[in-house]
Amino acid sequence: MIELKDVSKCFTLHNQGGAVIPVLQGASLNVAAGECVALTGASGVGKSTLMRVIYGNYLTASGQVLVGGLDVAKAEPREILALRRETIGYVSQFLRVVPRVPTLEVVAEPLLAVGCDRQAALDKAAEMLARLNIPERLWSLSPTTFSGGEQQRVNIARGFAHPYPAMLLDEPTASLDPHNRETVLSLIERAKAHGAAIVGIFHDIEARNRICDREIDVSEFTPGMAA
Amino acid sequence: MNEYNFAYLDEQTKRMIRRAILKGLAVPGYQVPFASREMPMPYGWGTGGVQVSAATLTPKDTLKVIDQGADDTTNAVSIRKFFENTAGVETTEETEKATVIQTRHRIPEAKLREDQIIVYQVPIPEPLRFLEPRETETRKMHSLEEYGLMHVKLYEDISQHGAISTAYAYPVYVSDRYVMDPSPIPKFDNPKLEMDAIQLFGAGREQRIYAIPPHTKVVSLDFEDYPFEATKAEHCCDLCGAEDSYLDEVIMDDAGNRMFVCSDTDYCRSRREAGHMGRLAGENAA
Amino acid sequence: MNPLLQVKGIEKRYGARIGCRDVSFDLYPSEVMGIVGESGSGKSTLLNCMAGHLQPDAGQVIFDTRADGPVDTVTMSEPERRMLSRTDWAFVHQHARDGLRVTISAGGNIGERLMAVGERHYGAIRGRAIDWLGRVEIDETRVDDRPSAFSGGMQQRLQIARNLVTGPRLVFMDEPTGGLDVSVQARLLDLLRGLVREMGLSAVIVTHDLAVVRLLADRLMVMKDGHVVEAGLTDQVLDDPQHAYTQLLVSSVLQV
Repeated sequence: MIELKDVSKCFTLHNQGGAVIPVLQGASLNVAAGECVALTGASGVGKSTLMRVIYGNYLTASGQVLVGGLDVAKAEPREILALRRETIGYVSQFLRVVPRVPTLEVVAEPLLAVGCDRQAALDKAAEMLARLNIPERLWSLSPTTFSGGEQQRVNIARGFAHPYPAMLLDEPTASLDPHNRETVLSLIERAKAHGAAIVGIFHDIEARNRICDREIDVSEFTPGMAA
Repeated sequence: MNEYNFAYLDEQTKRMIRRAILKGLAVPGYQVPFASREMPMPYGWGTGGVQVSAATLTPKDTLKVIDQGADDTTNAVSIRKFFENTAGVETTEETEKATVIQTRHRIPEAKLREDQIIVYQVPIPEPLRFLEPRETETRKMHSLEEYGLMHVKLYEDISQHGAISTAYAYPVYVSDRYVMDPSPIPKFDNPKLEMDAIQLFGAGREQRIYAIPPHTKVVSLDFEDYPFEATKAEHCCDLCGAEDSYLDEVIMDDAGNRMFVCSDTDYCRSRREAGHMGRLAGENAA
Repeated sequence: MNPLLQVKGIEKRYGARIGCRDVSFDLYPSEVMGIVGESGSGKSTLLNCMAGHLQPDAGQVIFDTRADGPVDTVTMSEPERRMLSRTDWAFVHQHARDGLRVTISAGGNIGERLMAVGERHYGAIRGRAIDWLGRVEIDETRVDDRPSAFSGGMQQRLQIARNLVTGPRLVFMDEPTGGLDVSVQARLLDLLRGLVREMGLSAVIVTHDLAVVRLLADRLMVMKDGHVVEAGLTDQVLDDPQHAYTQLLVSSVLQV
C-alpha cells in the first residue's frame, strides 16, 4: 500500500549561502495493507520528514513514493489532493483549523470532502467525538480555544472519521490520559483490522509494542549517519 | 442681410440634423450624436427640440408648441413666437390642425395622425445615466443590450415604495432592441408612444437625437408581478368633465381647496366648446 | 475530467515593462488556486488578464463553457465574454466599493445579475436576495439598506453574495480579505471556504497573505517580477519552498 524506493530528500537554503542539507538518502520501505510500521530513531533523524514526504507535504529529490499505486514524488497537485481525500490520512501533532469553525464541522470535514451525506457525516463526527470523550457542550465551539489534550483528541477524531486505507500517525497518544490513550489505541487496532496500512511515530514504547508489527530505524536513511 | 435664414439655422446645420434624424428613424430608440448649435435660449428651455423642429419645418407646415400640455405657458409661447419670426410658418393651438408639434413633457390627448410629426424636448436622453455615470460604459451597455440595470432601478422603486414609483420619464424598450428615455412625459402617456405619427426626440445640451417611426413596438419595462400601469389622478376634469385625460392638480386658495383640470389645454377647450361640463364648469376658475 | 480553465503563455506588457510573462497552468473543477507575490509582482495583472479586464499581449485563457466546451476567452467576442463574466464567472474586488453599486440597496445589488440574465419576477428576485443575505450572514432586515451603511466586512460579504447569486463556476478574487480587521477576515475566510465546498466552486485568489492561501487554496503559485517562480500544492510550497524568493517570503512571515 505504501512503498518507498530509494528516496532521497535535501533542503537547499538559498538565503543562507545556498547551503544544501541532505536529510534522507536511500530510504526504502514497504507497508502492506493491515500492517503497522513504527519509525524509530533519535529526534532530528528525519522521521517526520519521511512522513511528510509520503504525504506529499515535502518534495522528493529522487526515488519513488508509491501510495495506493500513485507516485507521490511525480504526481500532479490535484492527484495528491485526491489521494489525501480518499486514500491517505495524516494525524499530525498539531491541529490546524480555520478559526470560528465548530468542532463538529472540523471532524466531519474529511467525510464531506469525499461526498458523504451531510447528516451522515455529522452523525459520524458526533460518534467519534463522543468516543474520544470530548464533552458535547464543546462540539459547537471552535477547537482553537481547547486545551492541548482536547485539540489532540479532536485531531484524532478527524483523522479517523473517514476509513483511509493508508494512515500516517505522528505521536497519536502523546499528551493523552490512560483512558483516552486506550481509546486511541483501539481505534488504531480497528483501522488495522480493516486493512489500513499504517506508518507511525510512537515515542510511547508500550503503545508501539502493542500496535506495530515491525520497526524501521530511520537513522539508516540519514546521510552520514548510516552505519 | 437683415433676415434670418428659414427657421433660424443655416442650411448646412439643418442638413446635418436631418441626417441625424433619418439615422434615428432607421434605428429606432438609438441615440444619434449630433453637433448641437448654440441657440438664442438657455439650455433646458428646449434647445434640442427647437433644432429638431427647425430642421423638420417646411414653409407649408403649421406648428403647435406645448409645455406640460399647455399652449399658453411662457416656454410654449416663446418658441412659437421664435418660429413665427424666423420661419414665418403658421402656428396653431389646435392639435388637429398642426403638422409639427413641439412638446415638453406631454403627448396630446387627441390621437396623432400619420401626417403629423411630434418633437420632444429631452433634458437627459440616457435612461441608464443615473445608474451608470460613465458614457463609455452606457454606450457599451446599449450596443450589447445589457439592460439588467434598468430593472434594478425599478426593483429599487418597488423595494422602497411598494410599487414602481417612477411616474415620468418611464423607460421603454423600443422595437425589441433599445431601452429609451421617452423624455419626462408622465407614464400615463407611455401607451401613446405606439402611434401613427413620427416621433423625434432632441437633447440640445447632451447633443443627442433619437426617434420612433410610426407603428413601432414600444414596451414599458416592468416585472411580471408588478406590471406597468399608466396612472393618472383618480378624478374627472373639473372644467370639461373628461375622465380619460391626464390631469393637473391646481390649488385654489389657502384653505386647501383644489381642482383637477386637463393638462392638455386644447383638448379641454375643444370638449367645453362641444358642450361637455365638469364640476366647476360654471365658475370662472379657468 | 477536463480542466475548467487552461491558461497558456499569458503575457502582458506595459510598454517596455513586463506585467506578467509566460504564465501557464490548468485549473480543474472545484480547485482553488492561490497566487502570491509582493506588490508589483504581476499577480493582479495576471488576474485581470484572466478575467478579461485586461487584454493580454500573448497567450490563451481557455474556459470550458457549458454550451460549447473549451473556448479561448481572449479571442471570443466582447458580448460573449461579458455574458460569461456575469453568469459563469465572478470577480470579487479587494475594495467592496469597486464591486458594488453603493447607491443601490443590498437587495438590488444581489438582484442585478439575476435581472441581467432575464429574471423578471420581483418576488422571485427578492426571495433570492434575502436567501443570499442569509448565506453570507447579513440580517435580512438589511435588504433595503444601501451598502454605504454597511461595515467593511459586511460590504465584502455583500459583494460575494452579489457575485455568487447566479451560481458561477469560476471566481476570481483580488485580495478578498485585504483591509479588513483580523477577526472579520477569519469570518470571511470561513464563509468563502464553506461556499467553495457547497457550490463546488473553482477559484483563483490573488493575495499577499500566506495565511489566507493556506486556509483557502489547494494549490499555490508564487510570482516575482512577472514570472512564476514556484508552483505546487499549497502546503508543500509553504512548508518546503524550493525557490530562494519563496523561502524568503515564507521565512518573513511573523509568527503569532
